[in-house]
Amino acid sequence: MSTSTVDRVAVDAAPAAARVRRPQVVAVELRKMFDTRSGFWLMASIAIASLLATAAVVLWAPDEAVTYSTFATAIGVPMAVILPIVAILSVTSEWSQRSGLTTFTLVPNRGRVIAAKAYCSVAIGVVSMLLAMAIGAVGNLVGPALAGVHRVWDVSVQEALLIVLANVLGLLVGFMLGVVIRSSAGAIVAYFVYSFVLTAMAGLLASTQAWFRDLQPWVDFNYAQTALFDGSMTSTQWAQLGVTSIGWLVVPIAVGIWLVMRSEVK
Amino acid sequence: MIKVEALTKRYGGFTAVDDVTFTARPGRVTGFLGPNGAGKSTTMRVMVGLTPPTSGTATVSGRHFADLPNPGLEVGVLLDASAQHAGRTGREILTIAQRTMRLPARRVDEMLDVVSLTDTEASRRVRHYSLGMRQRLGIATALIGDPEVLVLDEPANGLDPAGIRWMRDLLRGYADRGGTVLLSSHLLHEIEVIADDLVVIGNGRIVSQGTKAELLSAAGCFVRAADPQALSAALAAAGISAFPGGDGAVRADADPELVGKVAFSAGLPLLELRPADGAGLEEIFLELTSDTQRDGAAA
Repeated sequence: MSTSTVDRVAVDAAPAAARVRRPQVVAVELRKMFDTRSGFWLMASIAIASLLATAAVVLWAPDEAVTYSTFATAIGVPMAVILPIVAILSVTSEWSQRSGLTTFTLVPNRGRVIAAKAYCSVAIGVVSMLLAMAIGAVGNLVGPALAGVHRVWDVSVQEALLIVLANVLGLLVGFMLGVVIRSSAGAIVAYFVYSFVLTAMAGLLASTQAWFRDLQPWVDFNYAQTALFDGSMTSTQWAQLGVTSIGWLVVPIAVGIWLVMRSEVK
Repeated sequence: MIKVEALTKRYGGFTAVDDVTFTARPGRVTGFLGPNGAGKSTTMRVMVGLTPPTSGTATVSGRHFADLPNPGLEVGVLLDASAQHAGRTGREILTIAQRTMRLPARRVDEMLDVVSLTDTEASRRVRHYSLGMRQRLGIATALIGDPEVLVLDEPANGLDPAGIRWMRDLLRGYADRGGTVLLSSHLLHEIEVIADDLVVIGNGRIVSQGTKAELLSAAGCFVRAADPQALSAALAAAGISAFPGGDGAVRADADPELVGKVAFSAGLPLLELRPADGAGLEEIFLELTSDTQRDGAAA
């Protein structure tokens, strides 16, 4: 076996210079979010949905409502659906499409891959929101001119940032479901249950049960986020957002990553 | 070099891999043989860190796979050619591997060339690939980092005869240049042609291992006489175990010279006498794994 020892010295020298590094992994994961047809159209749908929402406001909104906040609200609806799906698919496609077999063999440090997916998802979320707001701004340049009303810029920078934050949190819920469930269909269904069914049920419970009405802001992550759309946050509201995010994001993401590290990739 | 030591993997009460120990050496092609569900793929997944073992270790070039700084440059892995995102093009899949390993971009074209995928094919999405094309792409992904060690699970699956010949030459050349090749297959003929060493596994346990020459010589020879009963009796009298080999032939656990002498001294004219290496591996395979076969070993 002396030859193998000699071989190894030669082999060791080369790869040491070319370790897999974090920037590579992040760049590759970002690329993987765009390089399939479904991925490409998912990203394109962010711009397309923003354009459609903007056009709808220009065409159909009553004249007095053609203000920037109407555009921002209209654009926010598709974003709240698309961005979590971006985060979900970036994680779950490794399992559902089984590309994880290659990904996790080339980068055995799974935590590094998952972290890269998280960075890329958040970056795409922020860029998408800025793009959507820019498209809405164009709508607000054109719309009032066509309607013959005054142009109203009624969203402050702070309000805009809070809206971006709300959408990034929604995206992180998608990411959380992705790492916990690791199946595209399952995670997407779970997201809709979370954002529509749970919201409706919590609303019903709050309207009928007094004890839950007081508790809701401290346990319902969706509800705690709605304050972000009101333009300003009290310190209590920040505290509620922080507390609910522990139960709905921090703990489940930690569990999900633990599962990802330990699970078998088949 | 790949070293697997006392490797065990249990799923609940089911033991998929049971105390498996073997070494795949540099400069040799090691064939990993076993019936379906014998534990070949599980063993290979443990080797490359995709499945945590219950106990035991697997090391590549003396290190755990997870500790390799850039695994793609040291170990080429193809576990399942169909495990790719169907919406990516072949070229894109290679590009992802190339970028992850920080290789020069020209490696992608070089690899497409090596596995004979044309530019048109490479720009098609993998969804539209035949299994043979997926295997070629998988081989390209495994080879792109120019690794010292190859771990291939059923790489000949879906390849046409020309493709199988190509793969054989490729792996032979690879081992001849000092590389370590471990390939699993249930295509016995394929393994027999290409492998230098064999590891036979059944029900998660190693049932036999050694060089191909050792295992095949243990297979004895085929002998056929006009009177099979008399031949069997003569062989039994000489203390040579013999098994019916179909078509009136007998497979004897001895070398042809001894069997010929026994037949001669018994005055039995022989119709055929040859070493059992032609169908030998299949015989060994069925015999060694007969306890673990689903369909029973028809002798």
